[in-house]
Amino acid sequence: MAILVLAEHDNTHLKLDTAKVVSAAKAIGTEIHLLVAGFECAEVVTFAKALDGVSKVLVADAAVYQAQLAENLAALVLTLADDYEHILSAASSVGKDTLPRIAALLDVSQISEVVAVVSNDTFVRPIYAGNALATVQSLDSKKVMTVRSSAFDVAASSGNADVVTLTQVIEAKTAFVSQELTVSARPELGSAGIIVSGGRGMGSSENFALLETLADKLGAAVGASRAAVDAGFVPNDLQVGQTGKIVAPDLYIAVGISGAIQHLAGMKDSKVIVAINKDPEAPIFQVADYGLEADLFEAVPALSNLL
Amino acid sequence: MKVLVPVKRVVDANVKVRVKADNTNVDTANLKMALNPFCEIAVEEAVRLKEAGSATEVVVVSIGTKAVQEQLRTAMALGADRAIHIETDEELVPLSIAKLLLAIQQKEQAGLVIFGKQSIDGDNNQTGQMLAALAGMPQATFASELKIDANNATVTREVDGGLQTLTMPLPAVVTVDLRLNEPRYASLPNIMKAKRKPLDVITMADLGVSLKEHQKVLKVTPPSERKAGIMVASVEELIEKLKTEAKVI
Repeated sequence: MAILVLAEHDNTHLKLDTAKVVSAAKAIGTEIHLLVAGFECAEVVTFAKALDGVSKVLVADAAVYQAQLAENLAALVLTLADDYEHILSAASSVGKDTLPRIAALLDVSQISEVVAVVSNDTFVRPIYAGNALATVQSLDSKKVMTVRSSAFDVAASSGNADVVTLTQVIEAKTAFVSQELTVSARPELGSAGIIVSGGRGMGSSENFALLETLADKLGAAVGASRAAVDAGFVPNDLQVGQTGKIVAPDLYIAVGISGAIQHLAGMKDSKVIVAINKDPEAPIFQVADYGLEADLFEAVPALSNLL
Repeated sequence: MKVLVPVKRVVDANVKVRVKADNTNVDTANLKMALNPFCEIAVEEAVRLKEAGSATEVVVVSIGTKAVQEQLRTAMALGADRAIHIETDEELVPLSIAKLLLAIQQKEQAGLVIFGKQSIDGDNNQTGQMLAALAGMPQATFASELKIDANNATVTREVDGGLQTLTMPLPAVVTVDLRLNEPRYASLPNIMKAKRKPLDVITMADLGVSLKEHQKVLKVTPPSERKAGIMVASVEELIEKLKTEAKVI
């Protein structure tokens, strides 16, 4: 039976996460359908139908889906569920909000944050902040799962899938009021090849400018530890960790971050980890490929100057 | 309005767990246990709603062995009025937990159910959403601000890219994120008082909910170790290594 992937988008752009979930879906089976639910999202559909491996794009375009609320999105998926054995989405804020609701409506268990596909009913997922990996076999007739996108590659976009328009318009009791998005010219944390992250050691919000200079030299995204977010240095959507974003860039530079379990859970699958810290005992050095024991206020500007 | 807060007993957040040698599970014997940090935030928010006059009673509920009563007492020391313990030795998946909680929610006629967004052991992030689905209630996950007025909840949520505000009629389910509030500490007099607050113990059979087996954990393994890194002496050496050895810049 076919696999349904819930597309992640902002009504204009398809998120890279979706292309990674399609890769995970390919490891399960071959007939992959993508559901794009949104409002005035024709542009998203153009990107979606080009994803390799996707044979059909289902489009639900109506004002009620604009904010992608779990309540009616789940009800919409329920009307389609008969045709699918697997229902997948990225473990993003929309996916984590919606998929458990879908699973409960189908009376099946959900498998969260899948990092590897063993077979079409067996998957690997991290537990205890990534300190253990559980191999879980689903006994349910339908498998509902969120995928940790940092664990999968981006599917290419040279395909040309059929587009099917859905007419179901399902109202929600929940109403969208407003949103406040953080504006940034740098790459998104989730998809950046290089991430420069700061912790409590940065000392203040102003000092994050040092990291921004370095990030701009490297074409990197800026991240932060929970300590830096809680201290109010940066907004919380920059947080890397168990309770923030899970990232796996080619290069992760941790500056003034001690390396608490909760932070490591969010970045320890990065290819190369660099730690700059003045405390030689900081746990971050245990996972770093390259460690530099130095005062960040000297090391970071020096690094920016030499690049 | 009555507020229901499901809480979970988990391994303390500062303890690093190890996988058992036979790869059946993580070894939790003799580890320090605590109230799941997100549940603590949920209890705090419920108690604040009561203090503000929006809630009439705060009921905490937990599912597990007799040991979970320790965490229920903690929640009552933080200000919850009474507790319900659903006693079982079974390890339940979030869907089964949601079904048991649905029975409690209906019995108590709670107008608001506040959950932590996830437990730090299973890292599932499912139970609140599942209860909302089963009860046909609206949901607001990852809340960083919660306002109750008359029969509505207005919730600001932490989403990828920023914040989103939603409004919904009660009854509803809210799951809380880290920044919603700073939980208080239980004072000694409150810990003593909590010992006298009512704690009902019931069994799964009392609730008349039928559960089924949904998944099997085949094995639990430690994550692959990273190979040991090196310390560099200077910024120049670091750049050199990143360019020639790691080839990432």
